[in-house]
Amino acid sequence: MAEPFLIGDAMTGGYGGADILHDCTIAVEKGEIAVIVGPNGAGKSTAMKAVFGMLKLRKGAVRLKGEDITTLTPQARVAKGMAFVPQTHNIFTSMTVEENLEMGAFLRRDDITETMEQVYELFPILRQKRYQAAGELSGGQRQQVAVGRALMTRPSVLMLDEPTAGVSPIVMDELFDRIIEVARTGISILMVEQNARQALEIADKGYVLVQGANRFTDTGKALMADPEVRRSFLGG
Amino acid sequence: MDILNALVTFLNFVFVPALAYGAQLALGALGATLIYGILRFSNFAHGDTMAFGTMTVILFTWGLQALGISFGPLPTALLALPFGIAVTAMLLLATDRGVYRYYRRVKAAPVILVMVSLGVMFIMNGIVRFIIGVGDVNFTDGERFIITAGQFREMTGLQEGLAIRMTQAVTVVVAVIAVALLFWFLQKTRTGKSMRAFSDNEDLALLSGINPDRVVAVTWIIAAALATTAGTLYGLDKSFKAFTYFQLLLPIFAAAIVGGLGSPIGAIAGGFVIAFSEVMVTYAWKKVITYIVPESMAPEGLVQLMSTDYKFAVSFAILIIVLLFMPTGLFKGKSV
Amino acid sequence: MSGAQMTAQASAQTPAKVAMMFAGVALLFVLTGMFQSWNLALAIVNMALISSIMALGVNMQWGYAGLFSVGTMGFVALGGLAVVLVSAAPVPGAWALGGPGIVMGLILGALTIAAAIFVWARMPRGRMRGFATAAVLLGGFFAFRAVFDPAVAAVEANNPATAGNLGGLGLPVLLAWPAGGLLAAAAAWAIGKTALGLRSDYLAIATLGIAEIIIAVMKNEDWLARGVKNVISLPRPVPYEVDMQQSAAFVDWATRWGFDPATASSIIVKLLYAALFLIVLLALIWLSETALKSPWGRMMRAIRDNEVSAAAMGKDVKRRHLQIFVLGSAVIGIAGAMMTTLDSQLTPGTYQPLRFTFLIWVMVIVGGSGNNWGSVLGGFLIWWLWVMVEPMGLWLIQMVTAPMAEGWLKTHLLDSAAHMRLMTMGIILLLVLRFSPRGLIPEK
Repeated sequence: MAEPFLIGDAMTGGYGGADILHDCTIAVEKGEIAVIVGPNGAGKSTAMKAVFGMLKLRKGAVRLKGEDITTLTPQARVAKGMAFVPQTHNIFTSMTVEENLEMGAFLRRDDITETMEQVYELFPILRQKRYQAAGELSGGQRQQVAVGRALMTRPSVLMLDEPTAGVSPIVMDELFDRIIEVARTGISILMVEQNARQALEIADKGYVLVQGANRFTDTGKALMADPEVRRSFLGG
Repeated sequence: MDILNALVTFLNFVFVPALAYGAQLALGALGATLIYGILRFSNFAHGDTMAFGTMTVILFTWGLQALGISFGPLPTALLALPFGIAVTAMLLLATDRGVYRYYRRVKAAPVILVMVSLGVMFIMNGIVRFIIGVGDVNFTDGERFIITAGQFREMTGLQEGLAIRMTQAVTVVVAVIAVALLFWFLQKTRTGKSMRAFSDNEDLALLSGINPDRVVAVTWIIAAALATTAGTLYGLDKSFKAFTYFQLLLPIFAAAIVGGLGSPIGAIAGGFVIAFSEVMVTYAWKKVITYIVPESMAPEGLVQLMSTDYKFAVSFAILIIVLLFMPTGLFKGKSV
Repeated sequence: MSGAQMTAQASAQTPAKVAMMFAGVALLFVLTGMFQSWNLALAIVNMALISSIMALGVNMQWGYAGLFSVGTMGFVALGGLAVVLVSAAPVPGAWALGGPGIVMGLILGALTIAAAIFVWARMPRGRMRGFATAAVLLGGFFAFRAVFDPAVAAVEANNPATAGNLGGLGLPVLLAWPAGGLLAAAAAWAIGKTALGLRSDYLAIATLGIAEIIIAVMKNEDWLARGVKNVISLPRPVPYEVDMQQSAAFVDWATRWGFDPATASSIIVKLLYAALFLIVLLALIWLSETALKSPWGRMMRAIRDNEVSAAAMGKDVKRRHLQIFVLGSAVIGIAGAMMTTLDSQLTPGTYQPLRFTFLIWVMVIVGGSGNNWGSVLGGFLIWWLWVMVEPMGLWLIQMVTAPMAEGWLKTHLLDSAAHMRLMTMGIILLLVLRFSPRGLIPEK
């Protein structure tokens, strides 16, 4: 099997204390959506942060396009084409929507108007509110700003930590639609989701983590169909 | 009833002095609030940074005067200002390199940084006293007045005069220019925006690839510029004395907190709130009231709410009221 | 957020090491006595004892509770004020002239504030509440001024050259020490009620302001303690040198032992002071060590180390903070009273925050925050340095400038040597914070 586009391979480690991840593997192919689900405290966010370099791995490696990036800082990974949307505090509340997008493109020295135009096309509401302080927007709109900010570096991988936490079901559906659209442009998506059922529906690949280790790994459809997964993690 | 004379008296003794003082406080508070926003601690050395900056400006002013260079009717110190800012900026950058940077690395609690700034304050205070001494230094030159009370009376035929000193006018004009530059920088330039982003959300700024060392360095340079300008204007308007600058710490922080720590626009508003309250509470209103009310009701006393010796109490009282009733200040700074 | 949590870890010192450090500092004083004069050495010891007590007070607030208060100077000054109020000689006629008016005025002022708080607490939220509170405050302020001002004027007009104040009670000066503690405690209670609970930077700014205001009041309210006209010749708890020198028995005794009576008398007076101060210092250390080991002290430290979880466990954090703030301030007030007693005069113009707030902080940090013995060691070491850096700096600059030609630069450098001490203190503070953040004797 060919090497996936991005892979956190057999990762073991934690935040300095006891290990949280145990031999955990997460991967995503180009232009596909991979979703990490699992019960509370399963280490879903930790696994994603490990892929992004926000904690030190004791064992295992992270590779992007076959290149070992295990020792790179998160900032350096941004330069390599990875983008990360944290679960909370993911926008500059006191700055306007447009300024948020500009800050997302801080590392770029070329013309960013085209990318900004693409983000506005993806999230038309942001174009309307471009001169408003991002902190004044609704929860769903804030998430759009957060995703938009991350897209400004023209990443090859977009990582989302529970993008639908705290938004209404309608907004959640809308957000998932947008994420599918983003994936169609060739950007790989890796996301952690609390709403496992809806997330697996749009996922090409699903990872069910339990206690920091892989329990089930399959396509989204297959996991949805698996009776054991359904019983244990999707509420029947 | 003589509204016009009452108004002129008010302008002369309250409005104009408070406007100049407010501009000085606003510049001082801007520096303090920027450092708070970016470096996240209250810099107790800010007053002494102002003293240091003013001292370098005075030294350059003396140098220029010795060379026979003057600025016409304007104070020579304005010409010396850029040099003073440069030297002060170098001092602050060196301080950051030698002192503060370590505490950022180890992610020390803000209160430790405040204590460290106490140490820096001691040293800066010592340097200033060592170089220029503790006495009063008057370095104002050029024209003293734009308009004197006598000229004003002649022009208008009113009983009361309105004197505007050159230093007051210079203070307001320079402050307006400095604030305009600062806001243009923060709102329009890439570096300025990255500073705001860093102040708003440090982690996300790092994720966006903003270089924290650069942001911090630029902050110190701007703080040096603001502190030197504020201190020089204050020194021109009053006089330079090492110790008074330490005492300015209280009204400056009061202004920054009243406006909302971390909020530049708040610092400006806070500066004027503090300055006007201080002047109005300590001004003897007898003359103004005598012009307004009928003769029979003219007050006997001075109608002074508080003696000028208690001006600190005014900024302090405002500070406490704001902290108790709106802890984030007028313009929603970072708080609690 | 406290001294104990400062970054780098230093292992706890062994008792032998601590004893060595105290011996080292003691040696500094002995050398001062041998090479300069015992009179000087003892003078430094006396102020060092007082400084240690101030440092103990600051240590209670910071080391035990993590409160960052920089209002030390204000409490020192209040202690000094207590000495004048308690032990200065009464001013004839002053009370009759304005005493009742002043007291009435102050009561009115207190009532106004109480009424304003009452109105604020009882009225429903809304614009009316703000207006009503402001009206009460404004009305009360004018009533206060109407009663207070004439009384003050009358008192201040009474023999202004030598008095012009209300005068003291003429009680023994030792009574003024606890009184100073009480006065400082009362002020601290009022301050703590409003300012505690603010985040650390804000508390620092607020206390800095309070201290300035206390000094401003003492400088300007001449009726209270003559303001900047100072109160001199306060009574002493120990005999006067002059009296001793005139006593035949003493001169006899001194000459028999081969002492110069003048020197001997002044040394004995200083020793007596030192004994008094030492008693107070030891008593305070014993009390605070006992308190620290009690459940109360453990709770205090638990709150300091994790305010959130202590609050979650049902501890009334704000109340405990108020307690320790008041206690620490009282200790500082006692020290302030002792200092004014030692000086025999109250000079409000000499209270400088660098000297009375920040220098004490340097003592606490250098000694080791959270450790009472550390405060004492810091107090002695830093006070000795504070006094000796000036001549040492002068000596250093003389060495440096010796080869220089006479001229304005040399004169200027020699004149400026006195300011070396501020720089030295700053450098010491920075070095300790950086390389030994837990101080010389870290908390156990």
